[in-house]
Amino acid sequence: MSAVSGSSSSPTRPPESAPGAAAAIEVSHLTKVFGPRTAVADVSFTVARGEVFGFLGPNGAGKTTTVRMLGTLIAPTSGSAVVAGISLGPARAAEIRQHISIMPEAPGLYRRLTVTENLDFFARLYGLPRREQRIAEALAAVGLSDRAHDLTANLSKGLRQRAALARTLLNDPSVMFLDEPTSGLDPVAAHEVHGLIGTLRDRGVTIFLTTHRLDEAQRLCDRVAIMNTSLLTIGRPDELRQKLFNRSLAVTTVAPLARPDQVFAGLPGVQSWQTADQPADQSPARPAGQSAARPSDRSGGPAGPRPAGYVLTVSDPAQAAPAVTRALVAAGADVLSIAESQHSLEDVYLELIDDTEGRTR
Amino acid sequence: MSMSATRIGAVIRKELSEFRRNRFILVTATILPIVFLISPTVTILAIKASTASTVLDRRVDTSLFLPLLIPVFVPALLSAYAVVGEREQGTLEPVLTTPVSAVEFLLGKATAIFMPAVGVAYLMFGVFVAITQIGAVPAVATAVLHAPQLPAALVFIPLLAGWAIWVGLAISARATDTRVSQQLSTLASLPPLAVAALFSFNVISPTFAVAAAFAGGLLVIDGLACFAVARVFDRERLITGTKPTSGSYRTRGA
Repeated sequence: MSAVSGSSSSPTRPPESAPGAAAAIEVSHLTKVFGPRTAVADVSFTVARGEVFGFLGPNGAGKTTTVRMLGTLIAPTSGSAVVAGISLGPARAAEIRQHISIMPEAPGLYRRLTVTENLDFFARLYGLPRREQRIAEALAAVGLSDRAHDLTANLSKGLRQRAALARTLLNDPSVMFLDEPTSGLDPVAAHEVHGLIGTLRDRGVTIFLTTHRLDEAQRLCDRVAIMNTSLLTIGRPDELRQKLFNRSLAVTTVAPLARPDQVFAGLPGVQSWQTADQPADQSPARPAGQSAARPSDRSGGPAGPRPAGYVLTVSDPAQAAPAVTRALVAAGADVLSIAESQHSLEDVYLELIDDTEGRTR
Repeated sequence: MSMSATRIGAVIRKELSEFRRNRFILVTATILPIVFLISPTVTILAIKASTASTVLDRRVDTSLFLPLLIPVFVPALLSAYAVVGEREQGTLEPVLTTPVSAVEFLLGKATAIFMPAVGVAYLMFGVFVAITQIGAVPAVATAVLHAPQLPAALVFIPLLAGWAIWVGLAISARATDTRVSQQLSTLASLPPLAVAALFSFNVISPTFAVAAAFAGGLLVIDGLACFAVARVFDRERLITGTKPTSGSYRTRGA
């Protein structure tokens, strides 16, 4: 497996974009430097209207800095951006803020005020008409109507998170920046937030989702960007998996094959093979006849054969699977399963981040 | 985007709600003025009818100066917390993501502190005058009532409060720690009080012209201070704690 190299933009390369959709956010060569430290380096991308865009990266990768730049809280050192159709810059910062909302990682609620008083304060800052109705709708959307008059100091972390989410709904934004919106929520509440994000997407709201929960990103996001100071890659989760990892078949047999190289070699569509517990680049060098027994077998584990796993790199799983099955049966192997290997977004993330951090070291 | 009374009002309303529910602020706003009132009241009540007029005048001067500490210390403490306190409790960033401008935010904060601080100061002065009129010997009571410092105090209470508030807000906008901010604000609020003390103790001749010039100077400073403090209110520094780069959102009060 070879890692796809980082796709940080170069000056000659246009921003990555979702084809066929008007842009809610256009970022071009955005850079932020704090003293000697570069927090965000030459990042370019486009987010379409109504898209749920996942923004992933390790701690200190520049995700929050990027959100703060796009939210007009801090100024970029260089580069440009258009947010909600408005160019980023001091002259139109307040106008951008009117059309977006940001939910920071910490809820940032006034603990001595009730939930309603908190929301009323923000509704007034946005100059909203029909404040009571909007507050009621926002609270209903996050399932917090029955706690409307509780002091936020008396709410659990999860409920405070929901109150903060309600705050971001008040001004009916066209672009929402959500930083870890389900942090601290129980599974049911997190599921409700996921549903809310889906509803907002259906209404055409663009969601810029910063999260560490890769399962959440995989489930919710139309596209994801992975960054570590610079942009490493961007695309649909399934695209990234295909781009980063070779397609492969996972084969499990009841007992280790006596001569796996003879079974798999020369099969149509099979490029290489390896035992399931060895790195890919070692497999071609495996001597013929060597057993694919598990380490526990060699170290005096329980007697008798154990299931053995093999990973076959293939050009097309649908074409290779029948041939592999026939070869295994012909070799007298008892087959437990043959399936296409599924790499998760987490695999993509770890591959890219490990690769960039390895290069840094 | 023009200045919005709704947004300023929102900040005032929120601040006053928080003050009402914050025991520390309630104690500061009530106990401290009472403490500043006890000493001059006792001093006035202890003056005997036989006291020489020069001694009487000096004690009245001193007694009428001490309540001027109220509109300085109370707002200095509150305003010193106003920005850095929000930053420490994590509420500043969400506020700064809204369209509220630095000037609106600061004006709201300043007004919310000004109202209770000046109200309490006037109330304490009223209580002081009432007690002295009831409890002091007639000659002393008359001296208090006719002292030129009394109308001067009515003018200087809001002016001193304004100075203390803006100094406190400026320090709060740059400080990284609430305690440091409160200590610095208290110290920085003292210069105009020192001038007032020089008047009270007749070091500077308290003529009407001098007092009016001093009051006018404070009025101008208080009026312009909002915009000056807005210049040091930098979103980037407040959020990241680092020195802002060029083109930051401090400009235009954005």
